[in-house]
Amino acid sequence: MGLFIRIGSALLAGVLLLTGCAAVTLDADLNLTPEMFAQRQMQTRRFDTTDEQKILRTCAALLQDTGFTIDETETKLGILIASKERDATDAAQWAVFIVGAVFGVSIPPDKDQIMKAFVTTRPVGTEGKQVAVRVAFERTVFDTEQRLKKIEALNDPKMYQSFFEKLSKALFLEAHDI
Amino acid sequence: MTSDRVKRHFLLLIPLLFLTACATTQDRLLDMDTSQVQLRSIQSRAFDTTDKEKTMRAIIATLQDLGFMLDRADYTLGVVTASKARADSMQMQVHATLRITVTVRPRGEKQLLVRASAEYQRSPVTDPKPYQNFFNSLEKAMFLEAHQVD
Repeated sequence: MGLFIRIGSALLAGVLLLTGCAAVTLDADLNLTPEMFAQRQMQTRRFDTTDEQKILRTCAALLQDTGFTIDETETKLGILIASKERDATDAAQWAVFIVGAVFGVSIPPDKDQIMKAFVTTRPVGTEGKQVAVRVAFERTVFDTEQRLKKIEALNDPKMYQSFFEKLSKALFLEAHDI
Repeated sequence: MTSDRVKRHFLLLIPLLFLTACATTQDRLLDMDTSQVQLRSIQSRAFDTTDKEKTMRAIIATLQDLGFMLDRADYTLGVVTASKARADSMQMQVHATLRITVTVRPRGEKQLLVRASAEYQRSPVTDPKPYQNFFNSLEKAMFLEAHQVD
């Protein structure tokens, strides 16, 4: 019996320690790590063209086609930032919510999400014969009570593959890995 | 009699409260906690190049590598602002935001001065270490050494 209490309190202490953990820290988030390079690889493709502006234009059109609104651009630096607000309702979470409610526990399910896309282009290769395109997606999720629930980078490789497939189709150019 | 005095004192206290609020806002608007010169030195580095476009592109690439989302960029002014915010209430991760503004301007004939100023959880970052880390990351993207300036 005493052992159970001891294990229980140890677990509780662990949970309490976790509570104070900040999602972004000054020590970690300005340092390059190997994971960040892997992420760069997933988010980047090269195209055989010298026309950086055309790539940016096509990216803008592609984002518009997929329901994004362009928030900020700077052609001279090869930048596009876009966002869209969408429903984030997940059937599984509603099931948890309803089951939880039966037992008197309330876990508000996700309600809305804001998705953001950050596209950069830059000339690469010898004499700038290629243009590298990098896109990063992230999302902010709110629950049914409009409370911030989550801000996360979207790391599903399929999402990025699909973006670049659509981009190369629109450009009539093949996308190369970096 | 006593209650009258208390009332008068109380009335005097009200404008005082307003004054305090004003002073705080003014302090916050143009506050300079650390010595301004010292902070500028912590936040700045000089690079041996005059290519502003290349430098700004390297700054943006570094910020994207670090997982930041760009908020604003202006080539003419040489200003880039980005932020990194993460939160996960299910995994008990507290919402935290790191914002950074980076400016580029000429320094003499042969150099560019890059200055970064960061804000973490609504307070200015005055510790040298995070800036050191940022410039180390930037050096790799620039293929150039960052020189400390006074």
